Amino acid sequence: MVLDILSYGFMQKALISGIAISVICSFMGTFLVLRRYSLFGDGISHVAFGGISVGLFLGIFPLWTAFLVSILGGLGLQKLRSSTKISGDAAVAVILVSGLAVGIILISMSGGFSVDLFSFLFGNILLISTEDMILIIAISVGIVAVLFVLQKQFLQLSFNEEQAKIAGLNVTLLNYLFVVLAAVTVVTSMRLVGILLISALIVIPNITAMLYGRGFKKTVGISISMAVFSTVMGIFLSYAFNLAPSGTIVVIAVALLLGTIACRYAGLISKVEIREPSKISHNS
Amino acid sequence: MMKKILQVKNLTVSYDSYIAVDDISFDVLEGDLLGIVGPNGSGKTTMFRAMLGLQQYVGKITMFGHGTDKFKSLLPLIGYVPQKITFEPNFPATVYDVVSMGIISDKKIIKGAKLIQQCGCCWNRIYKDMSKTEDKILTALRTVGLEHLKNRRIGELSGGEQQRVFIAQSLIKDPILMILDEPVTSVDVESQTKFYKIIKKLNEDNGITIIWSSHDLDALENYASKVACMNKKIFFHGKKEQFFADEKILKTYTESAMQMHMHGHGH
Repeated sequence: MVLDILSYGFMQKALISGIAISVICSFMGTFLVLRRYSLFGDGISHVAFGGISVGLFLGIFPLWTAFLVSILGGLGLQKLRSSTKISGDAAVAVILVSGLAVGIILISMSGGFSVDLFSFLFGNILLISTEDMILIIAISVGIVAVLFVLQKQFLQLSFNEEQAKIAGLNVTLLNYLFVVLAAVTVVTSMRLVGILLISALIVIPNITAMLYGRGFKKTVGISISMAVFSTVMGIFLSYAFNLAPSGTIVVIAVALLLGTIACRYAGLISKVEIREPSKISHNS
Repeated sequence: MMKKILQVKNLTVSYDSYIAVDDISFDVLEGDLLGIVGPNGSGKTTMFRAMLGLQQYVGKITMFGHGTDKFKSLLPLIGYVPQKITFEPNFPATVYDVVSMGIISDKKIIKGAKLIQQCGCCWNRIYKDMSKTEDKILTALRTVGLEHLKNRRIGELSGGEQQRVFIAQSLIKDPILMILDEPVTSVDVESQTKFYKIIKKLNEDNGITIIWSSHDLDALENYASKVACMNKKIFFHGKKEQFFADEKILKTYTESAMQMHMHGHGH
């Protein structure tokens, strides 16, 4: 049966694109989770909704406008965090609702919700075209290459920004590059699980991987494996049982998380003692 | 004559109308192990942050004879361990990973080294001849006595062990100067003693100039070579023997520390 499924062109495209997206979401997601930007994906995907609406309204290919608006949204978010006293989560909320509000207005002006828009909202990897697949692969290779080259710098930035600054890293430039990469990852990944579930693919495999208590490289490896497994299984199961692929993929990722937690409780994974940061004064 | 590694002149730092550091001046000489003592809120951390370019200030700070325009090139060669480095408790980095974050590129080292050589300072680089990154990391971990924990996650370690990891992270870049801001505040007494011995060894054996802030007068008496006493202003800077022999200064410090303590509890 598996071989039958694999013989279909649309399934091949879905699997190849899905695997590429899983890799970039989980790799980028490692840094997003560590920097407490878990909801960044959610925020940017809603900005992307605004971008898609702009494209549909103006009759331009919506993915291009989504890329542009999301990158601008990401940079705006970074600026909002660094130049005002607005905290990260509040800044994400501001950007999120702004993107959504603009999107709703433009959609209502352009005659309501269409099939195209639904595929962006909920994702539909099975309907992906060859051109889309090539674009996803090209972007994924680019993102993985940049992350691979700059992983040490991003790890240092995630660990402690001040120490990174003292070590001579150009923290401002790296931060802007980071949000641009994250925005591109989110928009590229929308076709797989949709705007509404994108943050699940960024956050859940990473939380699961961190429960294994390993070092950075192994954690990234586990996270990517979890994301790829969820996606491949999700695509197969959704086809076999006629389910929505996006929801199936995310449910499998959640199941892996719950399974990992259960294994930890059962003592099958060595538990890592997590200490809360001690409350000491920093007032001298 | 010993070279001046750091010169601070009329340094003032304020947050809006609150003055945190008030017109202080002092020099740090090559080979000093300078203990800075002062109560909470006396401006020690603020002063360090100004030195490291993390805080805006009025006045003049010169490092190895160079002004702030060259700090970007010099800072990678300075080890800094703050009171507490906050990080995600479940951060997926082993002790080995964290120490490796301290490695800086040869390009940066050469750039900083040229500036340091201009001031004629003696720089004893022990990691220079190690070609393998792994050798550097393991040597740094051995120095702080944590080689056996290299594969443990950083979040699993005690506060004292974590601070020693951060010392190792600083050591790997062959620092000529280390700034330690109350590095053992949240650490048990046994770990504190281990930590102080490491500091002393780095100063005496490796020739690293160290500036170290602490509330622990006994530790300063045992391990520091010089003492600076500050409470927004510096009201003593000199040899530790002078500091501990002068009852008037000691009394002023103790009363001032007590007042700040009471003030802190009053709020």
